[in-house]
Amino acid sequence: MSLKTGYGTETETSGTVIYLENLCKSFGENKVLRNFNLRLNKGENIVILGRSGSGKSVLIKCIIGLIKPDSGIIRVLEQDMSGIGLRELDQIRSRVGFLFQSNALYDSMTVRENLEFPLRRHRREMSEEEVARLVEEALTNVGLPHTINMMPSELSGGMRKRIALARTLILKPEIILYDEPTTGLDPITAGEISDLMIELGKKYHTSSIIISHDMHCVKKVAEKIVMLIDGKCYQEGTYEQLRASENEAVKKFFES
Amino acid sequence: MWENIKNSVIEIGEIARFFIRFFREFFRKGYEFREMLRQCFFLGYKSLGLVAITGFIIGLVITIQSRPTLIKFGAEAWLPGMISVSLVREIVPVITALICAGKIGSGIGAELGSMKVTEQIDAMEVSGTNPFKYLVVTRVTAVTLMVPLLVVFADAISLYGGYLGVNLRGAISWDLYWTQVMESLSFGDIIPSISKTFFFGFAIGIISCYKGYTTQHGTEGVGRSANAAVVVSSLMVFVLDLVAVQITDLLQLI
Repeated sequence: MSLKTGYGTETETSGTVIYLENLCKSFGENKVLRNFNLRLNKGENIVILGRSGSGKSVLIKCIIGLIKPDSGIIRVLEQDMSGIGLRELDQIRSRVGFLFQSNALYDSMTVRENLEFPLRRHRREMSEEEVARLVEEALTNVGLPHTINMMPSELSGGMRKRIALARTLILKPEIILYDEPTTGLDPITAGEISDLMIELGKKYHTSSIIISHDMHCVKKVAEKIVMLIDGKCYQEGTYEQLRASENEAVKKFFES
Repeated sequence: MWENIKNSVIEIGEIARFFIRFFREFFRKGYEFREMLRQCFFLGYKSLGLVAITGFIIGLVITIQSRPTLIKFGAEAWLPGMISVSLVREIVPVITALICAGKIGSGIGAELGSMKVTEQIDAMEVSGTNPFKYLVVTRVTAVTLMVPLLVVFADAISLYGGYLGVNLRGAISWDLYWTQVMESLSFGDIIPSISKTFFFGFAIGIISCYKGYTTQHGTEGVGRSANAAVVVSSLMVFVLDLVAVQITDLLQLI
């Protein structure tokens, strides 16, 4: 499919679910993203690797419309995100899941209410029985059906992450954006979360962008890795290709 | 010094923008009525106990303190009338608003602040919810409606405290006490005092929400927001009270 973009005609394959071109974002003098380009194809898992503060979280927040970029093109599920109306933005957001670094579970709500929240907002026509069935299914998927009436404060770090993942998946999104999904977890729990991401991705045929520093997680989930250095797509390739790279900046990540 | 002035001016501008956004969102379609009722329950009903205790103590203490002065002038019989005017006009609305600024203001500041730093507000936005409408509009509306109700409740309790206060050293019947109270109060006392509490409630709500919603710098910022919510909204209660008294005076309702 050929699409006319602000920077001329670009060839975009029909399998592309996220397309970024020349994305720029600055905070004051700090230029976080400088002409960043990325293409996520259907069913693909891309890991964005970069140092803390390099703009990885800013990048995925730009994709979902939480942060407005200074310039550039963002196309999500064939919808241009610049100048998008609130209704269209909500429709896109119902098809894109976002797993927050801090889990972002609502402290004042039970696990059930946390999971019901996106359903009640995006699927207002859904019956009570259907909502209850989906909540149960989402909790079973992450292996925590017994936590349904618990408060987030009663859960361990790993359990909170699983519940957050269940909430992200409850709308059956086509794309999932993971913001450091294993940060703050012990290696065993982090491994379990990585396995769960792969398992659920296969089950629901999702495409994903994963931000992570955890090289074990990166190795497991990444089909392609994009190095975000100096606000640009510095280098990209598979885990093995980048591990074999002679570039000093890239090597540092794989040595640690 | 110059930096402080500059920051204060910027903050006033930000509050003004927040204030305008509140009214824009308030009149926009799709009201979160259920959440507003839930907030009325949490912010209003859950404050009843605290407001009742303070109202009762204030009524009792003011009566006990006023008695010796009135005895000096041989005007002890005026005690119910005098305390009822003081309590209903000034003391109970201001004290109740300050209690609300402390309890409700810190609660909203800390709750919204922690939601902000733990990305819960962002999560709400990606869940197809306008967080400003869901969190701010509902809370500000709830506080604006609940503070006047709490003040009316505290007025009644404080007058009951006054009745006990009068009877500690003297003797007055229940009927006589209430007759004297009602005779001394006029609509000119009650209407301005209740009207100003809507503004107290709105100020507490909007300032606390602003402080919480704009929290920065992680968990340390949450504490700062909760503290600033209480301090600024308490100060605003006094400023609004001063303005209300001037207006009442101009309208010759005093």
